[in-house]
Amino acid sequence: MVTNFQSHYIPNTIAEQDELLSAVGLSSVDDLFADIPDDYRNPPLRLPDPMSELEIQRELGAMAGRNRPLASGPSFLGAGSYYHFIPSIVKAVMTRGEFLTAYTPYQPEVSQGTLQVIFEFQTMISSLYGMEVANAGMYDGATSLAEAVLMACRVTRRQQVVVSDTVAPAYRQVIATYCQAQGVAIDIVPTADIGASVTEATAGVVAQYPNFYGGLDDLAGLAATAHDDGALLVVSADPLAMGMLKPPGGFGADIVTGEGQPIGIPPSFGGPYLGLFSCKQQYIRQMPSRLVGRTTDTQGRTGYVLTLQTREQHIRRERATSNICTNEALYALASTIYLAAMGRHGLRQVAELCYHKAHYAASAIAGLDGYSLPQSGEFFQEFVVGCPEAPAKVNRRLMERNILGGLDVSDRFENGMLLCVTEMNSREDIDLLVDALRAEK
Amino acid sequence: MLNKGGNRDTTRLLMDRSVPGRVGVVTPGLDVPAAPLPDAAYLRDDLPLPEVSEPEVVQYFTSLSQLNFSIDTHFYPLGSCTMKYNPKINDEIAFLPGFAGIHPQQPAEQSQGALELLYRLQDFLTEVTGMAATSLATLAGAHGELGGVLMMRAYHLARGDSGRTKMGIPDSAHGTNPASAAMAGFDVVTIPSDADGNTDLAALREIAGDDLAGVMITLPSTLGLFDTNILEVCQIVHDCGGLVYGDGANMNALLGRAKLGELGFDVCHLNLHKTFSTPHGGGGPGAGPVCCGENLAPYLAAPVVAVNDDGEYSLVEPEQSIGKISGFHGNFGVLVRAYTYIRTLGAAGLLSISGNAVLNANYIMESLKDIYELPYDRTCMHEVVFSADRQRERGVSGLEVAKRLLDYGFHAPTMYFPLIVHEALMIEPTESETKETLDAFIDALRIIDSEATTEPELVQHAPHTTPVSRLDEATAARRPVLRWEAAAD
Repeated sequence: MVTNFQSHYIPNTIAEQDELLSAVGLSSVDDLFADIPDDYRNPPLRLPDPMSELEIQRELGAMAGRNRPLASGPSFLGAGSYYHFIPSIVKAVMTRGEFLTAYTPYQPEVSQGTLQVIFEFQTMISSLYGMEVANAGMYDGATSLAEAVLMACRVTRRQQVVVSDTVAPAYRQVIATYCQAQGVAIDIVPTADIGASVTEATAGVVAQYPNFYGGLDDLAGLAATAHDDGALLVVSADPLAMGMLKPPGGFGADIVTGEGQPIGIPPSFGGPYLGLFSCKQQYIRQMPSRLVGRTTDTQGRTGYVLTLQTREQHIRRERATSNICTNEALYALASTIYLAAMGRHGLRQVAELCYHKAHYAASAIAGLDGYSLPQSGEFFQEFVVGCPEAPAKVNRRLMERNILGGLDVSDRFENGMLLCVTEMNSREDIDLLVDALRAEK
Repeated sequence: MLNKGGNRDTTRLLMDRSVPGRVGVVTPGLDVPAAPLPDAAYLRDDLPLPEVSEPEVVQYFTSLSQLNFSIDTHFYPLGSCTMKYNPKINDEIAFLPGFAGIHPQQPAEQSQGALELLYRLQDFLTEVTGMAATSLATLAGAHGELGGVLMMRAYHLARGDSGRTKMGIPDSAHGTNPASAAMAGFDVVTIPSDADGNTDLAALREIAGDDLAGVMITLPSTLGLFDTNILEVCQIVHDCGGLVYGDGANMNALLGRAKLGELGFDVCHLNLHKTFSTPHGGGGPGAGPVCCGENLAPYLAAPVVAVNDDGEYSLVEPEQSIGKISGFHGNFGVLVRAYTYIRTLGAAGLLSISGNAVLNANYIMESLKDIYELPYDRTCMHEVVFSADRQRERGVSGLEVAKRLLDYGFHAPTMYFPLIVHEALMIEPTESETKETLDAFIDALRIIDSEATTEPELVQHAPHTTPVSRLDEATAARRPVLRWEAAAD
């Protein structure tokens, strides 16, 4: 079969195809596929016809139009994906073809741009988390934490972990998926009971900071508990909150992971995101994923290379520390540009804006009849509200006013709704939310 | 010494550029009353990030970008990686506020357009692979492999068949295959290739037994060959009760030409960042959807998108799912790009991709096989694997040939892979290159072969024209420096 459709993505014309075919001594494109058994060759392919770019813009634009973007009205949904400001330079720089259309930097001589960016990224992520080293990134926050659990098991040669029940439910599920064939036992317990659950068989204690319900757990206490029995403390931490909060490294955490989405990556219906992964220097040979190191070239000039690759699947195969290959390099770049632009003062200012606005909202809602704050203690930008009726109902009526409410957490708190307030929410947005909730009761 | 280019020079890292008081972003003022800050025990005292202005950020990163080779700037014939043109419209669509600006947990009625796109993409990929169902939740090729082999494990265990501990993997396979099988708890058994580069059927029969969970097969193989034993391979594995996994990394060769499901594969993954043109981004993000037959569909990773009788789309968890394997619903922005690509090209376009990708690879093979050793002299698929053995005899290795190509403005082919070919050079031109570029690349490889005779040291010490020359990887690994440190005074 000769294909007569001339796509704008494929230069060869029919005449050029014929020229190439005669050079290889064949008479048709179909001859190239003679190794495919006859009965299986050229099956029907039931797909739509090609479209022009103009038609694509219209059709896909209409599909996009059937979704409600966060920017179209006040939005208070967080729970693992956060709506934050992204400076315009992030997209402008990351979509340069030299970054966007490069492969993994296996040829360092022609990949110094990507490699140096990753080195900057490793520096900034380890600084944010107060850790000694960070890798080049993982898929997302959930898989990063799951890989940290497996790494804690390798480091300690133990096969049991204690996970706080304030770790995001989705993260706990992904840990279970990653561990299902590894013989790792997972105990999920309230944070207060972790001390009683850790034994000399425990590889790691796993917590989230701020936790899924917004609160700040006692990481220093968890570190002491874990270390007393020779276990590691593994923490998944929001990198944006690190603009003001003391980082897990400062409390003695051994592995700190996180979801990089809040620092420069749009919510995009859940992906692509960016897994952050950092640890103490002594564990680097047990780390998953790529690492970039500094070195020199034959003329003594500084350069960067992928390093410690003997941990990885393309060298070590079934004995690798992980199967991960492609990660999320482009979004590591996005986060690096974001952090460079925000800088030491900007990141702190954004974190504090989130903190103050969330506290303003929480105290206003707590003052409404029928609403309560079921948790006490410090929190960052998220908090649970006890509603007078089912959160699903409250959310439906909020949406009648074009306000996107919080996540339904009534499985854990009676009529509980997890609200998130960031720098994107103006005082007017928050007052609209409070008015709407008042009208609900 | 003159600082050539001033701040546009990339030598200094961000922390070295930092000047106290410079600002990269102006943040809005606080419009609510300030709350008391948390107890000091929760606050950090220092935040070691740089202080640089916006122009400096743009100049620094733009200058860095110019140190890279990329598809937009260079021919990138990296075998097994399918470095084809990445259409710009796909990025534009993925960045629409109705796609990039939506939250993964907002109620389904507020994301029907996104869910419909995912549902249709599931159908497209199911059709392309000849399978029965697809999950888009896996975030890269290796992640898809992990999902797929966990499904094979779950399938056997659900049938009470708990003795299947072995996974057969060809010696030509990508490293991710054995690594994924190990993460799913299997013992890896290597299957050799025969003299024609096909799976060695006698060796396969030896491991086919009631302890074999299945095999992981890349089709076409990493030798760039369509395994003409494939029907027998599937038959032997199925006869012993095992399952056949397909690594779809090389699907660019087979689009519309053959379907894995019809050939006998039970489950496979696709690399949307290869076959379906989503940008590699310097190492991701990718997407590795898993497609499978009816037998394995109940085990797919959660969530998948379903549609009800009223045409409403929702996320559901398959009956006996291996569980959630990523934080949300997959790499949505990548999935949008792949959907846009398939919709743009249609069935006729996908056929043109495979036809032209395979044609271009065969053209390179025919044009160079007189001077570069061709270990398997057969019609190749989307890529051709040469050996630099003849150049090695003149003291020039495959790696050096590849590095010398950089001086001629071409990215290197994949080197020393697959492991079973000595001095391997694996070349994948893709369908999106012109004959003029292919001819120039062929000329460069012919010139380098002459240089191996006339000026071998020129090739041995290549590259000469790149921003840095050969780097000392041994020292990098022996004394790892993995982050910026303040210079000691």
